[in-house]
Amino acid sequence: MDQNTKIEIRDLNVFAGKTQILKNINIDIPKNKITVILGPSGCGKTTLLKCLNRLTDLYPELKVSGQILIDGNNILEAKEDIYKLRQQMGLLSQRPYPLPMTIYNNIAYALKLRGIKNRREIHKLVMHYLQQASLWEEIRTRLREPASRLSIGQQQRLCLARGLAVNPEIILADEPTSALDPISSQFIEETFGSLKNDYTIVLVTHVLRQAKRIADNVVFMYLGEVIEQGSVEEVFGNPKMEKTKLYLGGTFN
Amino acid sequence: MTRSQKIEEKFFKLLMIVATYFILIILAIIIYSIFEKGLKSISWEMLTQVPQGGYYYGKGGGILNAILGSLALAFGATLLAFVIGMPVALYLNVFLIRHKRVISIIRFLLDLVWGIPSIVYGAFGFSLMIFFGLQTSLLAGILTVTLFILPIMIRSMDEILCTVPIGLQEAAYSLGSNKSEIAFKIFTRQSFSGIITAVLLSFGRGIGDAAAVLFTAGYTDHVPNGLLEPVATLPLSIFFQLSSPVAEVQNRAYASALVLTLIILIVSLFSRGLGKRYHKTKINF
Amino acid sequence: MIISLLLVAFLPFLLFIGLYLKSVLLLHDYSLGDLIFSKVWRPSSGKFGFAPFIIGSIWVTVVSMLITAPICLLTAIYVTQYTKKYFLRIMHPAIDILAGIPSVVYGLWGILVIVPFISRYLGPWLGIQTMGYSILAASFVLSIMIIPFVLNILIEIFRAIPTELKEAALSLGATQWQTIKHVLLRKALPGIIAAFGFGLARAFGETMAVLMVVGNVVRLPKSVFDPGYTLPALIANNYGEMLSIPKYDSALMFAALLLLAVSLFFNLVMHFFIVRYNKY
Repeated sequence: MDQNTKIEIRDLNVFAGKTQILKNINIDIPKNKITVILGPSGCGKTTLLKCLNRLTDLYPELKVSGQILIDGNNILEAKEDIYKLRQQMGLLSQRPYPLPMTIYNNIAYALKLRGIKNRREIHKLVMHYLQQASLWEEIRTRLREPASRLSIGQQQRLCLARGLAVNPEIILADEPTSALDPISSQFIEETFGSLKNDYTIVLVTHVLRQAKRIADNVVFMYLGEVIEQGSVEEVFGNPKMEKTKLYLGGTFN
Repeated sequence: MTRSQKIEEKFFKLLMIVATYFILIILAIIIYSIFEKGLKSISWEMLTQVPQGGYYYGKGGGILNAILGSLALAFGATLLAFVIGMPVALYLNVFLIRHKRVISIIRFLLDLVWGIPSIVYGAFGFSLMIFFGLQTSLLAGILTVTLFILPIMIRSMDEILCTVPIGLQEAAYSLGSNKSEIAFKIFTRQSFSGIITAVLLSFGRGIGDAAAVLFTAGYTDHVPNGLLEPVATLPLSIFFQLSSPVAEVQNRAYASALVLTLIILIVSLFSRGLGKRYHKTKINF
Repeated sequence: MIISLLLVAFLPFLLFIGLYLKSVLLLHDYSLGDLIFSKVWRPSSGKFGFAPFIIGSIWVTVVSMLITAPICLLTAIYVTQYTKKYFLRIMHPAIDILAGIPSVVYGLWGILVIVPFISRYLGPWLGIQTMGYSILAASFVLSIMIIPFVLNILIEIFRAIPTELKEAALSLGATQWQTIKHVLLRKALPGIIAAFGFGLARAFGETMAVLMVVGNVVRLPKSVFDPGYTLPALIANNYGEMLSIPKYDSALMFAALLLLAVSLFFNLVMHFFIVRYNKY
């Protein structure tokens, strides 16, 4: 195994009943880089992301086979410690879903699940993660308000902070800016840029320009298959496959 | 997961399973006891005859008066509630569709009316009857039950109609149809099964309720042959037979309960079946 | 269309005014406080104290909700969070049938099963002498009747919670039960309270089933094993003789007015509670 590979996906197949959602997926995701999974809507990007932190367990109709190795351990086989496993990854979804609690408790809840009980430490860490998601300055006086009162952009950054609070090594983001205004989107993208030194980031998107802006690596998917993968220069600069060229050229999306 | 967390989760899951099966078992017990008691004493005579002299002391006869009375009352009330309710539901969803505030106020009022206990309708119907100098009669019963099932009818039709997408309406406007045409053609076709369900639901409520007809429909041992005559109903006949000290009459109450339960079960099965069948002609979005 | 609409929309006001006009005769001679708090009910000598009925109604309603609430909440969580989809397809018809069974049949079932169970087994087992016709019997029958109503609302509420919220909590490493306890229940709380409120209002007005098993004794019940009397039962039991005693009809209409007021009040409060909470 390559030293710098954080996640290896081998022969991953996902069926929902008789339809195959993911077909023979093989992807290497490098450590401390931003890997963008690109492709038109409905190509299985979100399902792939859900496989990575075993949220597929929630849908009994999905049949998952193959291997997903994180630091060499196959997470699809893990039975007992799904909770620990999920804490290795912070999740950011298409729309922000703050927990029905105060802003402060949204973060504190994640910390408590991590086993931190000391109130002073929790206090310190809440501040730390809110700063990391560049939200602290805006809301430092509103910590006891319900999280649902924040703007959508702020909620998404709160969700990012919450995801970071479980102390993950990987950040999974599923079109995190699709519901946001341009300024909030830029905020998120910039935050990702500064986070990649410490985290391995997997970002799903169908926005070409976003991929171009922030990706180190690109995986292009179409109809449940990986068409092409490589560094951003390779895939965008010199695509090998016909479908990739068409997609990048804007012929279909 | 720590040990105590695991125990906690197991404990609550066990409670949940117990609660769920409690409901299913109670349902089974209810159905079983109604059938077991009812089947013992039901007979052809009971279904086809009106009470003879001395019926309430255990002599011959049947409950045909109550069966026919209940059906007549429930049919009448359902029909009337449909005639009043259908336009209201359509009006809400066609003409008022752009006035969200008005709609929400009306829905709110309807929900309020839905929550009013049927005995209150009974008492109200009774006071109206006295005011107008009317006797207890099929007509008074129908009017009272209509008031009682009207909100149920309108709200359940409304629930169906409000799922008809605005786009479909706009498509019809653009073809040049006017509002009333749209209302009746598009909506009824699109939500036929839902409307049938609403009608059958109201019918079931109407036929099963006793408190609203207690004051207004009266009771008689004959099959009524006019709107202005008093009429017997199944729920009341069950109630009266049950309060008799004679064991035989009580047994007939069980049989009558079986009849009433069967009617309601059939109606509800019927509405499910119809609902499924007409689902196919509906355009899916 | 508009006439029908107005008729329906003003029905609650119409009912209120109608019943008020009939009970005004009683309200003219007695103060509202006297009527509600006085314990003596002797219509033939002109004494109309509604306290035994009001308190009986409250007993029956509260006890039945104590049975219904936990059962419905646990079941709703179970069928929406733990079971596969086909299970709901079994539950829905079961709920429909429970909801469809008429009140009188529930009452009959209560007489057949619950009343003897209480007088023969539960009472003696607890060392209590009881006829079986009691607050407890009425509450139990009533709680079964209210279950489909409350359960349906609760299932809808839990199904309306987006899966993504659940996923958010799970992705933080919460277990399924932690997710339910800390996130789903909190999210659903206003809906749950409203469902119980609507159930309470419905239970308060239920007539026939309660009337058949509650015992119909006019006195303040001291325990759930005592017989009692409720407001709806009062109206239903005495309509026959209400024209023969002065002001009796007015008193019964007043009872109906009380029921109407309680029902409207509960539904109103719950409605505004939901509307208010949904803003956040």
